[in-house]
Formats: sequence, structure tokens, C-alpha cells
Amino acid sequence: MKKNMTQFIGFSSVYLATVITLFLLGMIVYFIAAKGFSVLDWEFFTEVPKRGMTEGGVAPAIVGTFYLTIGAIVFALPLGLACAIYLCEYSPKGIVVNVIRMSIYNLAGVPSVVFGLFGLAVFVKYFGFGVSILSGSLTLGIMALPRIIASSEEALLAVPQSYREASLAVGATHWQTIKKMVLPSALPGILTGVILSIGAVAGETAPILFTAATFYTRGYPDSVFSEVMALPYHIYALMTEGTHPAEQTEIAYGCSLILLFLVFAISAVAIFFRYRQRIVHE
Amino acid sequence: MNNEMVRIKAENVNFYYGQKQALKNISLDVYQNKVTALIGPSGCGKSTFIRLLNRMNDLVPRTRVEGNIFLDNVDINRGQIDVVDLRRRVGMVFQKPNPFPKSIFENLNYGLKVNGCKNRAEREKKIISALQKAALWQEVKDRLNESALGLSGGQQQRLCIARCLAVNPEVILFDEPCASLDPISTRYIEELILELKRDYTIVIVTHNMQQAARISDFTAFLYLGELIEFGLTEKIFTVPTQKMTEEYLSGKFG
Amino acid sequence: MKEKIYRQLFALLAFASVLFLVGISITLFVEGLPVFMEVGVFDFLFGKLWYPTSDPPDFGILPLIMATVWVTGGALVIGIVLGVGSAIYIHEMAGRTQRAILKPTVEILAAIPSIVYGFFGMVLVAPFLQRLLDIPVGLCAFTGSLVLGIMTVPTICSISEDALSYVPHSFREASLAVGANRWQTLTQVVIPAAGSGISTAIILGMSRAVGETMTVLMVCGGAAMVPTSFFQPVRPMTAAIAAEMGEAVVGGLHFHALFAIGLILFFITLLFNVVAEMVSRRFRLKLGLAG
Repeated sequence: MKKNMTQFIGFSSVYLATVITLFLLGMIVYFIAAKGFSVLDWEFFTEVPKRGMTEGGVAPAIVGTFYLTIGAIVFALPLGLACAIYLCEYSPKGIVVNVIRMSIYNLAGVPSVVFGLFGLAVFVKYFGFGVSILSGSLTLGIMALPRIIASSEEALLAVPQSYREASLAVGATHWQTIKKMVLPSALPGILTGVILSIGAVAGETAPILFTAATFYTRGYPDSVFSEVMALPYHIYALMTEGTHPAEQTEIAYGCSLILLFLVFAISAVAIFFRYRQRIVHE
Repeated sequence: MNNEMVRIKAENVNFYYGQKQALKNISLDVYQNKVTALIGPSGCGKSTFIRLLNRMNDLVPRTRVEGNIFLDNVDINRGQIDVVDLRRRVGMVFQKPNPFPKSIFENLNYGLKVNGCKNRAEREKKIISALQKAALWQEVKDRLNESALGLSGGQQQRLCIARCLAVNPEVILFDEPCASLDPISTRYIEELILELKRDYTIVIVTHNMQQAARISDFTAFLYLGELIEFGLTEKIFTVPTQKMTEEYLSGKFG
Repeated sequence: MKEKIYRQLFALLAFASVLFLVGISITLFVEGLPVFMEVGVFDFLFGKLWYPTSDPPDFGILPLIMATVWVTGGALVIGIVLGVGSAIYIHEMAGRTQRAILKPTVEILAAIPSIVYGFFGMVLVAPFLQRLLDIPVGLCAFTGSLVLGIMTVPTICSISEDALSYVPHSFREASLAVGANRWQTLTQVVIPAAGSGISTAIILGMSRAVGETMTVLMVCGGAAMVPTSFFQPVRPMTAAIAAEMGEAVVGGLHFHALFAIGLILFFITLLFNVVAEMVSRRFRLKLGLAG
């Protein structure tokens, strides 16, 4: 009997832990959605901030985040994909590959603020790009690299070996096989990884604190050397630097909701992709 | 036997997976326009051997080959030969049908494109002729743009044969081509192989002794990585010189 | 010939990650070194006063280190209880449909940006706790731990669940067959077998918590003092870097001190990752999953 009692208590507490987790996470989504929705209107997406950040929209921040994200992916995707191709299709298995793998693994664990320091020292100062879209994109790109490599590698590994053999058997070269057979087959998986990275990059704040972001710009950036407003940084700045906390908090709710929505939309697309891919493979 | 033309000549071939020796001192000849069958119990090295003939084992890490394999008197494992060209000349059909996840047309078009056939009309002509040779044309001529994955298993295997024929090989390697097919599809493929030997030199791995007896001119019996006996199929199956061959053929082991 | 060029090109590009990792450590070393020279390693690490902008400045990061330790420790308790708890639920109790919903949900929650968690902590959790517990400030180590703990749940949960699912079914059957009930099977057979996998999850969760910046910057209160209670405002290492870099003079001692903190963070997380990798390798070996 005692045995069953313990089991009951045990499973109940596990159940409780799950309920609490879901409750807390539900709260976050609920509060931000509930308060954020009242702020969101057309103007919020299209207007520049007005009256000391208490009115108007956050369009420059949206645009800034868009540029930073695109820049980061443009930098990280070719590099990450090339790395994944090397590891999956060429890797001669040895010390070289182990060193590369270890670096990727450890790069993934570096704190985001440390990437920010690196970007500050190297891109902003050493290369003299200044606080700019370029510096921020490169910093974010390096941060996104491990994730892009991992997902591309997974996609490449999922391509059946028989496709490679069949392609080589009709006289295709190694490179032709990769370009015309392996990459097209792996494309949905690679795209899923890219989409997920977009979500991660768009929401990052710490790496752009010292490399790209600023609280306020007049209008929109005009070159890759401009500093920009960015959504996540905008939330931080509204909460800590402003002079009208009450009104600014409202706007921060709106920005948070946009970020939240972005993350959900991206995850939904990624899950859909994965689902469809599974169907294709069966 | 001596007046036949030898296309492939293997001399003292040893093959290793890491430390493990998979083939021991194999020497045999493959004759022009003949079907040579490799038989033996599973794990005897017959698939390993056939994959050496177009250097498919290059893809397997930590392997090593010793000895010589000549294609038309040129050693395929030495410097002068281009492995990509070798694979075009020595085509391969795999155990499991492995069409690309593309349309039927694209499956054949692929090999032509990677081999630098630029003219589309010419490619189409070659594709149709390959499909005809593979006895698949009648079944697929109205659905060339549909996915190859929609074909039945037997059709898929004939498509893979057509894909192989499209790039105009000289030798075709069949690695247990009927292993995953039903008896009717198997008969189709066997008839096709007999048809094909007029134009091509064929090597086939099979675990099915009757199949070897039905379609091959020469048979090689491998056991535990060694070539036990090699000769004309009718002789091997009626008067084998080795006791082990006789035991295998009579179903005593394997 | 062309093939060789492609191969070498890819090899070259593949080295980018190595380059960046090495680049990061060199940069942090070079920029952080002056502070170790001037202040001294011992005084820097164990000095109790962090007044980087006063005259003369004090560069002792013990308050920051202790803040990180406290907040991470608290977060870990919450993360383990909720994360491992829900992993067990998903693995042992949830049906197919529940599982199919819960797993992606956890994945999506891992993708919520830290700034959103920070914002949530600041506007809702802190005022709520302040009223509920009747504490002087809502933005304190406790609130930081709570929010940070929630953030680590998805990481801990999904890796632990993977570890649980790697335990061979035969273990479970054998235990049930000798008359153990499901809970006994779970606690005495399944969890011990998945133990190092779960440890990996916890170490990685810890590594993430230590390096997390925006959340702790926003909800921990920011006072650079060695904490004596969970309800004091504190300033973890990451928060110090993020908050102070803007006001530090480039090339000044404060600037270098912040890089030095970055260097220490870098090595702490590196250590955690290496340990996690070693533990998880042992786990795979134990269950015969080594590949």
C-alpha cells in the first residue's frame, strides 16, 4: 500500500511541475498578448516614434531588426552551409574535423554578451565599422553560425546515401553530386534551419547593445554603416532609459508582442516544413 | 573460353575494412557480352567485390584495396584513370531501387547532364531509347513528368537500369537487383538482362542460385572472402570441381 | 583538379568556426589583460568593491561573481524541478496527443527572446512579488532567479526527455517484471540509467543561465554588492558588462575590466560545455549508443 502511495505522490508532483510550467509560460504569452494588442494598430507599424517615445510607432525599429537579421543570415548561411558540406560530404575524419566540431560546439555555448564584446573589439573598433548595421549583422551572424551548421548538417545527413551512390554511378563528379543531387534534396531541411535562426537572431539583444543598436534615430538607416534602432533593444531602452515610464511601457508591450508573434510564426512555419518533409520521405 | 575477349581482369585482389580482410586474393576475368554471376552465402564478399569494379568502395571510409583490377588492360586503381569516367563506363544497378526523388524524365536526364550532353533534343532521344531498352517505355511514356517514386518497385528498378543505360556504359554491374522485388518483376528483370548482354558486358551479384543458373554464362562462387571456384555456369552447376561448391549448390549451407 | 579546389575551398570555409572561437578568446585576452596587470588577478577576482567610475576606482568583481552564483543557483533549483518534472511527465504520463502538443510547445518556448522574459519579469513578476512577499524592492536576486529559472526549463526539459527516451525498453520491462510499480521503475531504474543524460541537460541549462544577459540586466536590480539575502538587488557579471559598456571610456581601465569579466564568463561557459560533452559521451557509451 505504501508503495502505491509513494507512486501517487510522485506522479502528482511531476504532474504539478508540468502544470506550473505551462501556467507560467501561458501567463507570459497571455499578458503580453492581452496588453500588447491594444497598442497595435496600423500606425504602430508604419510611423516613427513621436513625443519623446510616448506616441507614434516603432517602424524604424522594425526596419532595423529586419536589416540586422538579413545581414546576419547573408553572412552566416554561406559560411555555415559550406562548413556543413565539408563535414558531411568531404570530411576525412580526423583531427581536423574533430577540432572543427569542437569549435562549433563550444561556439554555441558562448554567452551572447561575449559575442557583443567580440563584435565591439573587432568590428566596431579594429575594423572601424563603427556602431553600425554591418558590425551588428556580423556579430549576430557569428552567433547564428553554430545553429545553421547543425541544422544544415542534419539536413545533409538525412539525404539517403543511395542518392549519392546512384549519382556517382552514372558518372557524376563529387561536386556535381553535391550540387545537383544532395543540396536540392536537403534544401527543405536547410531552410527550416535558416528560418529558425531568423527567429533567434531577430530577438537577440546583448550582441547588438554595443555593436549596432541605438535608442533613437531620425528616420531610417541609409547605409550599412548607419546605427539602427532594433525591436529587442527598443524594449530595453523604453524600460530603462525613458522619461515617461507609463506610456513607454505600453509601447514596450507592443514591441514584445511583435517579437513573440514573430517567434510563433517562425516556429509554426518550421514545424510545417518539417512535417511536409517527413511526408516526402515516406 | 580463350577466344572470348576479356573486358575486366582482377588479379590477386585483397580488400580490407579497417583491420578486417573482406576479400582474399581474388583473381577472375569478366568476358565481353557475357553475364558473369557472383554467388555465395551472405557475407562472402560478393557485393564488396562488385563494388570494387566501379570503385564505389571509395565512399566507405577506412578501406584499403590491394592487387590489380584492369578494365581493358588499364588498372582502375592507379593514377591515370579518372574515377568519374570509370563510373560512367562501368554502370551500376543497386540492390534496392534507388531512383532520385525527381520525375521519371529527370532521373535519366540527370546522368546525361552531368556527363556534359548539352543538346536537349539529343538528350530526349537518348532517354527514350534507354527507356525502351529497359522495357519501361510503354508503361511510362505518358507520365514522364511524374515522380519516379510513384512507380512500383519493379518499375523503379527498371528505371534505375534505364538511368544506367542512358549514359551509355560498356559494363553494367547488378548488385542483387531483384533482392527486393516480387517474382514477376524478377522475371522481367532477368529477361531484360539476357536482352542487354548483346550490347553490354554484365556482372551480377545474386544470392539466388537458380537465377545465376538461368541467366549467367560464367559463375564465380565466393565463400568467406575467397574465390572457391570460377568457370562456365553449366560446368559449375553440373560438375563442380570443388567439394565446397557442390555442398553450397546442393543447399548444405548458406 | 577542379574537385580538389572545391574540397580545399570548403575545408577553408569550415575553419571559420575555429577562427571565430580562437578570435573571441584572443580578443578577450588582449582587451582584458591590462586590468589583470594593473589590479592584479587576486584583487580583481576577490576584491569586494566594484566602483569602476569613482576616483580612485575599485575593480573587485566578487560582488558580480557572487550575484551570478546566487541567481544561477536559484534559477537552477527552479529549472531542475520544473524542467526535469515536465520531462518525466511528457515521457511517462502523457499520451500520444499530449506529447505531440507538449514537445513542440516546449521547443517554441525555448525560442522566446530573452528580452521578452526580461520585460515580463520587470513589468509583472517584480511588482507582483513585491506585494505578495512584502519586500522592499521587486527587482532582486529572487525575481531574477525565478524568471531565469523559467527560461532554463525548455532546455532542461527537452534534453532530459531525450535522455529518458534513450533508456532501452528492456530495462523498464525487467523492472516491472519483478513486481516494481511504475514509480519505482522510474526512480530506481529509468532515471539512474538516464542520469548522466539528465546531468548534461542540467549543466547546459546552467551554462545558459550563467551567460544570460538581458533578463538579469532587467530584473535583478543592479546593485553591485555581495548579496546576503535573496531579496536584495544584485548585479550579475553579464549585467555589469551590458549596463556599463556604454559609459566606459574606450581603452580605459573600466573598459578592459569589462572585457576581463567577459573572459571569465567565456571560460566558465566553456568549462560547462566541455564537462557536459564529456558526461553525455559517457552516457551514450553506457547505453551503447556511441556512434
